[in-house]
Amino acid sequence: MADIKLPAGKVEELKEVCKKLGNEGGELINALHAAQELFGYLPAEVQELVANEMNVSVAHVYGVVTFYSFFSMIPKGEHPISICMGTACYVRGAEKVLDEFKRHLDVKVGETTPDGKFSISCLRCVGACGLAPVVTVGDKVYGRVAAEDVKGILEEYK
Amino acid sequence: MAKYKNHILVCGGTGCRASQGEEIVQNLGKVIEENSLENEVQVVRTGCFGFCEKGPVVKMVPDNTFYVQVTPEDATEIVSEHLVKGRKVERLLYTDPETQERVSESKDMGFYKKQIRIALRNCGFINPENIDEYIARDGYAALGKVLTELTPEEAIKVIIDSGLRGRGGGGFPTGLKWDITRKVEAEQKYVVCNADEGDPGAFMDRSILEGDPHAVLEAMAINGYCTGASKGLIYIRAEYPLAISRLKIAINQAREYGLLGEDIFGTGFSFDVELRYGAGAFVCGEETSLIHSMEGLRGEPTVKPPFPSESGYKGMPTNVNNVETYANIPVIILEGAEWFSSIGTEKSKGTKVFALAGKVNNVGLIEVPMGTSLREVIFDIGGGIKDGKKFKAVQTGGPSGGCLTEKHLDIPIDYDNLLACGSMMGSGGMIVMDEDDCMVSVAKFYLDFTVEESCGKCAPCRIGNKRLYEMLDKLTEGKGTEEDLTLLRNLSNVIKDTSLCGLGQTSPNPVLSTMENFADEYEAHVRHGKCPAGQCKSLMQYVIEAEKCIGCTLCSRVCPVDAITGDKKEPHLISQETCIKCGACYEKCKFGAISIQ
Repeated sequence: MADIKLPAGKVEELKEVCKKLGNEGGELINALHAAQELFGYLPAEVQELVANEMNVSVAHVYGVVTFYSFFSMIPKGEHPISICMGTACYVRGAEKVLDEFKRHLDVKVGETTPDGKFSISCLRCVGACGLAPVVTVGDKVYGRVAAEDVKGILEEYK
Repeated sequence: MAKYKNHILVCGGTGCRASQGEEIVQNLGKVIEENSLENEVQVVRTGCFGFCEKGPVVKMVPDNTFYVQVTPEDATEIVSEHLVKGRKVERLLYTDPETQERVSESKDMGFYKKQIRIALRNCGFINPENIDEYIARDGYAALGKVLTELTPEEAIKVIIDSGLRGRGGGGFPTGLKWDITRKVEAEQKYVVCNADEGDPGAFMDRSILEGDPHAVLEAMAINGYCTGASKGLIYIRAEYPLAISRLKIAINQAREYGLLGEDIFGTGFSFDVELRYGAGAFVCGEETSLIHSMEGLRGEPTVKPPFPSESGYKGMPTNVNNVETYANIPVIILEGAEWFSSIGTEKSKGTKVFALAGKVNNVGLIEVPMGTSLREVIFDIGGGIKDGKKFKAVQTGGPSGGCLTEKHLDIPIDYDNLLACGSMMGSGGMIVMDEDDCMVSVAKFYLDFTVEESCGKCAPCRIGNKRLYEMLDKLTEGKGTEEDLTLLRNLSNVIKDTSLCGLGQTSPNPVLSTMENFADEYEAHVRHGKCPAGQCKSLMQYVIEAEKCIGCTLCSRVCPVDAITGDKKEPHLISQETCIKCGACYEKCKFGAISIQ
């Protein structure tokens, strides 16, 4: 993996957060949440930093990061697209919507387009089942999405 | 405090907010000011009303007019007509689908008639970000009563006598759990609230936390008093930002009022609550996994015993209950065990909240007495199946539960009955499916979920579920054999018997229950290479019937891959090589000329 130079300001901020958490391994997950919030994702460099600050091994941090689906080691796109694959959305056709996004952007779930604009991920239930199928782009929620709406949604961000 | 003549309650749940609920609040505020009514009318963001299908919901108090599917643009009319002229905005009222009559109050709607709201008592009534509104509804009175009038043993006895069982899915008697934690001697004990609601399609706990966060805090404090714990932890999904923010506000307000912190009510009892965030792992709903996750570890389960009540968080006695369980506690303390146990069935007391979703007309959050039948839930409250289709199955209990059919519709819902017919109560997800849903695909969908969420610690779950998924995938591709069916059943039973935790012990349930209740569908996939529901892509094709096609060209225009060719006013043709089977043409054709074969 290529070495990434982490912005010094953010590094300091993260160290500060870790200090507030008592630099204690029991607070690792809270520290990782803060780190992902700051950097957008958790590359190896950030994991090493967190491991140092929280006094646990890098292997331990890696184990935790890869265990939880909320943590990502790949940077998300400028407009992260999430398709809800909860059961309510699934039975109302979420799979077709997902297929359509994959086809239009030519990336798989968990990947980011080469230009860094869009990334696709699946999530399990945002709890807006009344609006199924649900798609979120960034903070915006789209409800009752049909496969043919996909093109229009993407155009909003082009 | 200012006294308002009118209140406008706007649903501030996740679903309604996603459909511009916040803009409605803003616009209402603006129009009220324009009409100089700001001293008479107050706009309140409440928790979820439950009727998500018709959201965003706006309720007028005191006359209880219930407006549905409101848009931000409707704000002007609501103020000028309803508030200024005293006339209801007819077009925003709910229309009864049977009588076609406008219904103005929620109590007259089919969706609400059969509901009894205990856990959801404050959702959609109060502003969850204002502790005074909770207190005005007897909030923290139960904590006061317990601290000043009852010993821990007496309070626990009330909970035991009420018959309350864990609402997270297991159904363990709550009072008994508390009593076990109480009896263990330790320097420090913990109270944990499990808000890691991971079942896809379930949003009961989220709605309670968003709509009535203080109820959970109060109950945790009561539990702290009963078990001898001074520290509470809420383990909540990071995916629920709104619930997290409301909980934080509630905790701060309760601290300010001295309802959390040192020496509560001057009784010497101290209790405080902190939040811990989940990070997207379904298995963390299992209590030992949850505790490991709170300790900063991978959320892997461990063998029970020891139970968390004996050795949990940091090795100390820990009482873990789910959100809905806690939400019931204050009411039980105030109203008494006898009242609570008068509701429900012999072995399951009280009510249960369900997230009703899928192919049902009224998607939403409901609370019904235990013992209500599935038919009442799906047809009376849920308003039947969408688009007049035929009911096929209802899935309860999420990835651990099973699919029930027509023949189970009249069984009274309770823990034991659902278990007896091969499903389970679970946390309360209820997904309705219609004739277009392929049950083999549904089983595959759940296994896909389980495979992804298996923590990998024990082999039966890690490897076994993957094999189950592969076999189901083979079936949906039309490549399954009779042997696969036998293997599928045998392997399912082995996984159930040998897995370490609840996830693996229940993950084959969707397979077993669909094989039991929809054997013919499995056989059709294997013996005839057909998917009766027309959902398995490899087993179907879209075909245009030449005699019905008038050549309107609509289908060729909606086709995303240009697989449909044909001249205007001439029958069209679908190229099977190019077709990606997205179904867009099928849904758009106005002449029923496209069929699935």
